[in-house]
Amino acid sequence: MTSEKKRPVAVLGAGSFGISVANLLATHDQVLLYSRSIESIEEMNREHCKKGYKLHDNITATNDLESILKECHLIFPVVPSYAFRDLMRTISPMLHPYHILIHGTKGLDIQIPEGKTLDDIENLSRKEVKTMSEVIADETSVIRVGCLAGPNLAKELADNQPAATVVASHFEEVISMGIKHLRNDRFQVYGNSDLIGIELAGVLKNIIAIAAGALHGLGMGENAKGLLISRGMIEIMYMGRAMGGDLRAFLGLAGIGDLVATCNSTHSRNFTVGYRLAKGEKLDSIIESMDEVAEGVNTIKIMKRLTNYYKVRAPITQALYTVLYKDVSAEEALQYLMNIPFNVDIEFLKKLD
Amino acid sequence: MTEEKEDKKRTIWNRKRRYYQPIIKRSKYWPVVLLSKHRKEFIEEVVENTMARINKLRPSKKELIEELETTHYREKQRMRSNPWRVDPPDEKKFWDEIKSELVSISNQPEGKEKAEELLKRIITRYENEISGNFKSSRYRLTRSIVKFGFRRLLNASQVKGIFAIFKTDYYLTDKIQIVGKTKLLRKLAKDNTIVMVPTHFSNLDSILIGWIIHVLGLPPFIYGAGLNLFNIKLFAYFMNSLGAYKVDRRKRNLIYLESLKMYSHNALLKGAHSIFFPGGTRSRSGHVEKSLKRGLLSTAIEAQRSLLMKEETKNRRIIIVPVVINYHFVLEAPSLINDYLKRTGQERYYKEADEYSTSYKIIKFLISFFTKGSNISVSIGKPMDVLGNPVNEKGESIDKHDNTINLADYFTSDDTIIENDQREDEYSKILSKKIVEEYHKSNRVFASHLVAWTAFRYWQRQYPKLDLFGFLRLPEDELEIDYEVFKEEVRIVRDKLYALKKEQKLKMAKHLEGDLDKVIKLGIENVGLYHVNRPLLQVKNKIVTKSLSTLYYYHNRMDGYDL
Repeated sequence: MTSEKKRPVAVLGAGSFGISVANLLATHDQVLLYSRSIESIEEMNREHCKKGYKLHDNITATNDLESILKECHLIFPVVPSYAFRDLMRTISPMLHPYHILIHGTKGLDIQIPEGKTLDDIENLSRKEVKTMSEVIADETSVIRVGCLAGPNLAKELADNQPAATVVASHFEEVISMGIKHLRNDRFQVYGNSDLIGIELAGVLKNIIAIAAGALHGLGMGENAKGLLISRGMIEIMYMGRAMGGDLRAFLGLAGIGDLVATCNSTHSRNFTVGYRLAKGEKLDSIIESMDEVAEGVNTIKIMKRLTNYYKVRAPITQALYTVLYKDVSAEEALQYLMNIPFNVDIEFLKKLD
Repeated sequence: MTEEKEDKKRTIWNRKRRYYQPIIKRSKYWPVVLLSKHRKEFIEEVVENTMARINKLRPSKKELIEELETTHYREKQRMRSNPWRVDPPDEKKFWDEIKSELVSISNQPEGKEKAEELLKRIITRYENEISGNFKSSRYRLTRSIVKFGFRRLLNASQVKGIFAIFKTDYYLTDKIQIVGKTKLLRKLAKDNTIVMVPTHFSNLDSILIGWIIHVLGLPPFIYGAGLNLFNIKLFAYFMNSLGAYKVDRRKRNLIYLESLKMYSHNALLKGAHSIFFPGGTRSRSGHVEKSLKRGLLSTAIEAQRSLLMKEETKNRRIIIVPVVINYHFVLEAPSLINDYLKRTGQERYYKEADEYSTSYKIIKFLISFFTKGSNISVSIGKPMDVLGNPVNEKGESIDKHDNTINLADYFTSDDTIIENDQREDEYSKILSKKIVEEYHKSNRVFASHLVAWTAFRYWQRQYPKLDLFGFLRLPEDELEIDYEVFKEEVRIVRDKLYALKKEQKLKMAKHLEGDLDKVIKLGIENVGLYHVNRPLLQVKNKIVTKSLSTLYYYHNRMDGYDL
């Protein structure tokens, strides 16, 4: 350790996952937690608690981005994907190539021509759809970028239950920073050099989580879930490959690991969306009643159009799309899926290498 | 504003002679001259640094001895299987001695010193072999020969009559256009170290680039030239005098590769402007380079980091300048493409003939080049820092929002600049990507590329069931296009090119504008001009080919543009 004062670490975004990350970091470092809302900052600093999540004593909430970025070189942006690019634009002038950014956002970014909405567009390609690390590269001069992915349900982390995460980056130093600052005896950290693959695994598994919630809501049993998880895994691997990810990433903690966790958990927001849909609620009212974003909803909207463009067969995504946006009931969608002739189980694995 | 005017007044561009004024007038201040003046000390320094590097990679005595044994074994192999004329006669003796000493060292219990001594002998030998021997008198002589000779030929061909050979109405600059960021390059070369990274299509590239550098008024650059080229006496002379150092592609052992990298690294630190052909070798397929060899690029990155780490050099920048050379005609095209097709493995093609096998052939080519048509254009791409960011006139890096970037920040961890090989390896990937992007943007499409692309794609479309190799095996006389059909096809492609140009994704030669018949005529006349079997010909109102594989080669130039 250097004789100088140790720099604090920053977390941008004080949602439940942002707080979880901040708590993990706070066992080693002073943490500056950014939130936009003054009220919630005051609440956090006063009560050391937010919406039932306890905050570690080493965490200080603030909305002063400028001083955060001046003091911290290691930064964890954990904001919803729809707000990610704006945040990067805002902080871009304050970011320098010595900053290290490790994001924990499991969603996609889209850029569509002005005056158009997503509903006007039939197909989307990788030109319009970006992962969060690509957004960072677009908007800032930061190069040392990484992401967090893996089964990290905020509620369980808050209870100090054992868990693990993947830090993915092209840079070994980013991975070792992630390990150094996050790891403790209840939390294991793995490294992976396939940044895009790991990001996509984390993003795409949310689709299957919604489907799992829907199955649960329809009262289906474990056989159905087994079917869904394995077919869903293959589907997201196909999509991931079309988007330029390495398939191997999907077989690890960030792929299968996260998928199994979210497909069984009522704590998962995406799972909850599927569950309530199956119970007959409308998407709008579900979204309205949730205080945090279920990324999977937006991901389905984007991936439907992306699979059109790349001609990837993605029946689960397509079926969920009709449930979310075309007033098809979950029961009908399930019937549709059961009638598709799947005849080969894992044909693509031959091409893995 | 006034400054700009004054700059113009100082006549950077000599209108009559069409040369830029040299940025450093007296050759004794040229970095490359300083380098060769202190050649001995320089080599000692490089040897020392390489020693340190290998010692870091092979810290124990056992590892070092193993490395030396491997090196000896591979050198033995090379000498047996692939001897060259340039190889020094004492090679065998040298390596035999190394072997016998290695045997005695490994049996002794002592420390590492003896092994290090052997290492030093090997590295010293390598560095002396690599090191160029630049002499400014010879540089000047060569330059005059090139200039004078070419100009005479040029004038003889353009102005009829036997005495025309004494006229000087035509200059080399009529034949070879230089476009792009020339002024910015000249400005940057004054206080920074330039690394020029040209595309590589022909063995003539290095001579051409050498000449371009001279026209731009820049001091000579050093560059690594394949040792095989030194087999040919004429080339050897040119290379030696143009600042070449020698690269032996047969030697792939760690000690040699590190020696080579360190040589280039230290030369950059000394401020020697350098040329890297980052594609490694000439493009076999005719494609503009898509992936680059990162070894040399990482040398530039390491050198920049070393400069930043020292107080007295921290403001000196290594500036990367991508350069695209455009030809209507590449002398080696037929053998290169056959080599490529053979390697991709689907056909048995005839044996490769080396067009450069004799000095006579080269001179013959040069004469036909300068006496017949066929222009060359050289596009100087956007200068960038070692991370691929554009730089301004002061050499400062500029980010996406037009703010300056502090370059040291890229190499900083915990507020200090440190060496980190893995990080810099990733940076070299980023730089490589940026260079390739700039290649595509600076690529200047010629009429010959346009017609080659159009004809090849048209014919390929007629045989949708054949794969590339099946298609290339078709007998040439089965292929023809009616002129009018062809013209329509060319029109469509040209329109697409204009659209790409508007998006600044490529550049187009002036001669592509205007009357389409003229453009087609120019293209067909020039594409692969001197090949025995012409890739495209017009016979009455039909377009035909005499060599589909060569046509494929010229067509590849425009691949990768979404056309």
